[in-house]
Amino acid sequence: MIGITHYLTVAAILFVIGVLGIFLNRKNVIIILMSIELILLAVNINFVAFSAYLGDLVGQVFAMFVLTVAAGEAAIGLAILVIYFRNRGTIAVDDINMMKG
Amino acid sequence: MIEAIIFYMLAGIIVLSATAVIFARNPVHSVLWLILAFFNAAGLFLLLGAEFIAMILVIVYVGAVAVLFLFVVMMLDIDFSELRTGFTRYMPFGLMLAGVLLAELVIAGTAWTLGAGAQAVAVAPLSAAGDVTNTEALGALIYTKYVYIFQAAGMVLLTAMIGAIVLTHRQRTGVKKQSIARQNAASPGEAIEVLSVPVGEGVKLK
Repeated sequence: MIGITHYLTVAAILFVIGVLGIFLNRKNVIIILMSIELILLAVNINFVAFSAYLGDLVGQVFAMFVLTVAAGEAAIGLAILVIYFRNRGTIAVDDINMMKG
Repeated sequence: MIEAIIFYMLAGIIVLSATAVIFARNPVHSVLWLILAFFNAAGLFLLLGAEFIAMILVIVYVGAVAVLFLFVVMMLDIDFSELRTGFTRYMPFGLMLAGVLLAELVIAGTAWTLGAGAQAVAVAPLSAAGDVTNTEALGALIYTKYVYIFQAAGMVLLTAMIGAIVLTHRQRTGVKKQSIARQNAASPGEAIEVLSVPVGEGVKLK
């Protein structure tokens, strides 16, 4: 029988894959953004699994909020990427040092 | 039994496609693998009985976010092979860190148990009878009790939209545009000059 532990395991594996993706593709902002989407998807799986198994609908409301924030974050991130490419002609993360931060 | 088979199929495809997202050489392939992962996650949500979130996931992620990624990947002229340098250099450290993180999550997950009475304190309990659909129950919740959170989500999207437009908006130079304000402000006095020219003489242009 499939219990909540199964869903939590899938979410944990997905989360770790997302973190690994950020580390491996440190130069490619597009893949980093996709990895963040994977991490948020893992979080959403956790929310919905707990919502289903605890019989509480609030988890799904929060999952919708996470979905909204993820969509906004992707839009803003890609907009920043586009103007960065327009200014510098590259998207390598290593070259982002204009503000000397 | 059939639930277990479907779960393992969906979970396996999610993990495989997520791995392919971060290992694919071509970012376009990465986006396509991401779409597959989202579809299967929607299947998992259906299995959990969260139909509305599953459909929203397909609409928002596959329909909007993934297409946005595809647009940007195809719009920018980037040499992606150059961006992959250092992939193997970061591999040992990344794998080590991922292993540690996974171990911690597994330890936390296995140590976790459902507390006594946790189900009794549910803020918005699911109806046990099953007479209300998931979408209906969710709608009855977000338009009443969580209406402010719903509005806040709308504000987040509005801010993201305005931010994306402001960031990518470009003022082009050397483009002739119609200026309504200047047209309205123009008066005949500065546009034309009325001269009384004597017969037989020309007009000297300034």
